[in-house]
Amino acid sequence: MRCLIIAEHDGQNLNTATARAVAAASQLGVEAIDVAVLAHGGQALAEQAAILEGVSQVLLLDREENAHPLAAVLAPQIAALAEGYSHLFMPSTTFGKDVLPRVAALMGLPQISDLMTVKGPHHFERPVYAGNAIIELQCPPEQPVLATVRTASFKPVGTGDAAPIETRALEIDLPGHTRFVALEADAGDRPDLQSAERVVSGGRGLGSEENFRLVEQLADKLHAAVGASRAAVDAGYAPNDLQVGQTGKIIAPELYIALGISGAIQHLTGIKDAGTIVAINKDPDAPIFEVADLGLVGDLFEIVPQLLEKLD
Amino acid sequence: MKILVALKRVVDYNVRIQVKPDGSGVAVEGAKMSINPFDEIALEEALRLKEADKAEEVIVVSIGPEAAQQQLRTGLAMGADRAILVQSDEAVSPLHAARILHTLVQAEQPGLVLLGKQAIDDDSNQTGQMLAALWGRPQATFASKVALEGETATVTREVDAGLETIAVDLPAVITSDLRLNEPRFVKLPDIMKAKRKPLDIRPLEELGVTPPPACQIVRWRAPEPRQAGHKVETVDELLTALKERGVL
Ligand SMILES: Cc1cc2nc3c(=O)[nH]c(=O)nc-3n(C[C@H](O)[C@H](O)[C@H](O)COP(=O)(O)OP(=O)(O)OC[C@H]3O[C@@H](n4cnc5c(N)ncnc54)[C@H](O)[C@@H]3O)c2cc1C
Ligand SMILES: Nc1ncnc2c1ncn2[C@@H]1O[C@H](COP(=O)(O)O)[C@@H](O)[C@H]1O
Repeated sequence: MRCLIIAEHDGQNLNTATARAVAAASQLGVEAIDVAVLAHGGQALAEQAAILEGVSQVLLLDREENAHPLAAVLAPQIAALAEGYSHLFMPSTTFGKDVLPRVAALMGLPQISDLMTVKGPHHFERPVYAGNAIIELQCPPEQPVLATVRTASFKPVGTGDAAPIETRALEIDLPGHTRFVALEADAGDRPDLQSAERVVSGGRGLGSEENFRLVEQLADKLHAAVGASRAAVDAGYAPNDLQVGQTGKIIAPELYIALGISGAIQHLTGIKDAGTIVAINKDPDAPIFEVADLGLVGDLFEIVPQLLEKLD
Repeated sequence: MKILVALKRVVDYNVRIQVKPDGSGVAVEGAKMSINPFDEIALEEALRLKEADKAEEVIVVSIGPEAAQQQLRTGLAMGADRAILVQSDEAVSPLHAARILHTLVQAEQPGLVLLGKQAIDDDSNQTGQMLAALWGRPQATFASKVALEGETATVTREVDAGLETIAVDLPAVITSDLRLNEPRFVKLPDIMKAKRKPLDIRPLEELGVTPPPACQIVRWRAPEPRQAGHKVETVDELLTALKERGVL
């Protein structure tokens, strides 16, 4: 049995989601874990993948069409690469969620989304109903397992000796019907929400985009990433990529501070694996207090300035 | 141009889901059922495209039990022109659903297929991508903005890094994210009108779609509960408690 993992990157750096997928693969008991890097000018990326602990080999598919992660372009290449592997994993990020189902359909195979526990090489768990239920799955051993890995469930592997890098060229025609136009990324220098040790999130309780600055100030003081509830994103207080929850990012920081967030189930599913959850909310009955390790009932506009002062 | 919209009947998002003590599933008998929220958004987008004269007909499709007619009728009341129910009492997997939708796509030849990005029961987030693969057409997932110009759709997608814009040639598959639009409310006269719109029921067996190989669900369980901690009274107490836990 061998597992292939498709690396996630932004053209310059591998995302920690890749190291988390390797961690999940390490629990399968397979003979080899290979990582494929599909990129344009990807030698440095391949070198980053090669030093991930437990990786046997890196396959580099360097071609111009791979400059941007377009599912329709990547999927046929991945389906061809996956030949002979018993497992094909991608992280359960918007990248993996976009690409892997397309690969699965090309291969005529089912896919497991958000794999959270490895119980055996063909035996897994995943959440459904916004994390309100966990299902245990037994997959047919004779067919390859395709899965996206729920990143919050696995700690990234470390680094070690470099594995060999093999450059592959595939003779496949790629479609031109899908074209990259632009990426509007938040170029802030705060820690990345998905890998940060600390996260401060704000909800509708902040009341305005200006007030949302309070969340950012507290985050900066704690060297934390900034998150938001859907209501805060919908209201335009924060950009979409900061949304935490069922349809946003699933995160597992050591410290999560929720400011003016009620704690709807769709939000809570995104923070279940956090180490310590702190809730600051003026409503003592807010459901967030049912999961918070530390709760403080009160007006965030009084509490946060005090926190900022005392943290100086 | 025709637009096909997939509507899944799911347990309403406000219902608290409980796993049955014997681990055989979730206790949802008698629970309120609704159109999957993302699918409602997908339908709203299709209707707006029709209202902007970018499409002539909007067809809603569901794969599910007889009762899924309710959700299709709601879709018709929102403004869809006709509906197709592929009747199946068993839940179908995303790949199975994609194969079924693909046969309908071949028969109807839509210019656009809109789906939700994910069904809030299985949370798979797969069907649209799979349909696009089977059809050999572009996919634009997690859409928060769609602009149709001639034979191309320019779609803004909510991705982890921010907002990505791609251009796809039609026909194409688009899956909706939450911020694509706010679906309209259904008005009573529209519900009456919807009763007269065509709703075609086809038993799944008649479609001749092969069910794909699948993983078996062997057990359901509740997630490990997170213990509620305690409340502190002051900012100082909070800071002390955080230091004690070693997170500050
Ligand atoms: C299909 C679907 C998917 C969804 N996915 C997500 C998701 O991924 N992530 C997500 O977050 N939500 C998601 N939601 C939305 C979710 O159901 C809630 O609507 C949302 O999380 C509410 O955000 P909120 O807590 O900021 O707002 P509210 O629920 O309005 O809560 C605001 C809170 O702020 C408190 N407050 C107000 N003023 C103050 C003050 N001055 N000081 C202190 N506290 C104050 C209030 O007491 C209240 O508890 C989804 C919903 C659906 C239907
Ligand atoms: N049984 C079904 N009937 C109609 N549409 C479906 C069905 N299953 C999935 N879909 C569509 O596919 C989307 C994604 O579903 P899923 O891949 O299960 O998360 C949903 O939002 C629907 O638009």
